[in-house]
Amino acid sequence: MFDRVGRSTIAFLTTAGEISAFALKAVREAFVPPYEIRETIRQLYELGVRSAPLIAIAGLAVGVVLSMHTRASLERFGAEAMIPAGLAIALVRETGPLTAGLLLSGRIGAGIGAELGAMAVTEQIDALEASAVDAFRYLVVTRVAACVIAVPILTTLMNFSGMLGGYLAETTATGMSLNLYFNRAFSLVDMTDYIPATLKTMVFGFIIATTSSYLGFTTRSGTEGVGRASTHSVVMSSILIIVSNVVLVRLIFFIFPESGG
Amino acid sequence: MMQAVAERPQREVRQDPRRRGAAVRLDHVSKSFGSRKVLDDVTLEVPERSGFIILGRSGTGKSVTLRHIIGLMRPDQGRVFVGADEVSALTGPRLAEVRRKIGFLFQNAALFDSISVGENVAFPLRRHTKLSDAEIRDRARQKLESVGLEREYDKMPADLSGGMRKRAGLARALALDPPLLLVDEPSAGLDPITTDEIDELLEGQKKNGTTLVVVTHNIVSAKRLGDEIVMLHEGRIVAHGTAAELEASPDALVRGFMSAHHGG
Repeated sequence: MFDRVGRSTIAFLTTAGEISAFALKAVREAFVPPYEIRETIRQLYELGVRSAPLIAIAGLAVGVVLSMHTRASLERFGAEAMIPAGLAIALVRETGPLTAGLLLSGRIGAGIGAELGAMAVTEQIDALEASAVDAFRYLVVTRVAACVIAVPILTTLMNFSGMLGGYLAETTATGMSLNLYFNRAFSLVDMTDYIPATLKTMVFGFIIATTSSYLGFTTRSGTEGVGRASTHSVVMSSILIIVSNVVLVRLIFFIFPESGG
Repeated sequence: MMQAVAERPQREVRQDPRRRGAAVRLDHVSKSFGSRKVLDDVTLEVPERSGFIILGRSGTGKSVTLRHIIGLMRPDQGRVFVGADEVSALTGPRLAEVRRKIGFLFQNAALFDSISVGENVAFPLRRHTKLSDAEIRDRARQKLESVGLEREYDKMPADLSGGMRKRAGLARALALDPPLLLVDEPSAGLDPITTDEIDELLEGQKKNGTTLVVVTHNIVSAKRLGDEIVMLHEGRIVAHGTAAELEASPDALVRGFMSAHHGG
């Protein structure tokens, strides 16, 4: 029993150490030229632009549902006028970033884990190295850079589509105009709500890219290993996003005390 | 020239890494994975502009030897040289510089499946030359033409047959006109006719002055392409010589392999 727990603990710590070393290497290599600009732009398109429809649709649905729940609660206090602002604050500060992070850990994390895993088992990563290309810089650093740039932008898209969803729910229920809805929505939201919460998603992007790249890069055991890399990428990056969110929110309150009010 | 290892030591090599005439040199190389020793004190020398064949059963360390030559693996003991460069001691840009002079045809071609066949061949040119886009595409087309795939430029690797993928892999390996070509199991998974076509292409490269190091278990290919053949068994070189010398080997293992796989 103790043996098993000990072995599991050692295995967990070893993996955690390897992922940390992998992530540190990605940071270090990102600042050393030559930069893989062309491949980074391609990854921005693959990981960022192609995730936009998912985020927009999900944001719209989240906005509608949040609006309906908020209405049910605020109606009891006669505070329906606060629905747009309440929804906007909830979306911008927490719901948007966390939901976008988790959705993207599914879409991007699974994609990177499976793609790099398949490349590893079919010797394509070795072929890159044999072609005198630094596979780590070409495959990992570019994906990390693309995710760190794309996730905050996609989070902003999620916030706006969420507000649009909220508007659709409100206009259906009360016939509220678009102008009035967004005036009320932005009445309580300012940059101290938006910037820290959105910047934190850069960390989410970093977590998704490094975790899934590590799992893809170290894939063994053929197609079974590729499937495992893909699944583990989603599970591990989701857990790490949720846990890191606690630390990041605490850090935001510490650095920007006004965003707690 | 012929040696069978039970009775004789492996070939001596001179210790001067700057010597000319050897395209590749392995100097007492050993490699283990866990408790399994895959290469055991292997020493060999590949003359420039020759065809050098590494024969042996599956799992005897043939592919591992190739991976050491291009620096994808590092020996636990011993040294690996490509020309005068000690690959086993190089990293980063200096290792990349040596790799630019080496073509590598992987067993399953290892084409990048997210880009077209033509872009696979163009890939090394885009990375390592300053040619214009038009020149790169032109050069890639020429390379594909040389392996009979000029019409497949825009196809994706998944749309090619096994033999076509291998030819496309060969075109990519030759994109930078490397003086040294490493080939891992060129006939694996191919029918005899396609194997013959691949051998013909490799033979053409050898005639053009490219040094070939070919890992195979196909005796027909080995005889056709090899000026020298080594046979690996359990990580050690058990025979080294010409095809005729191996066929006349006093070692039953070597003779058995040559006859059992004849025509294979």
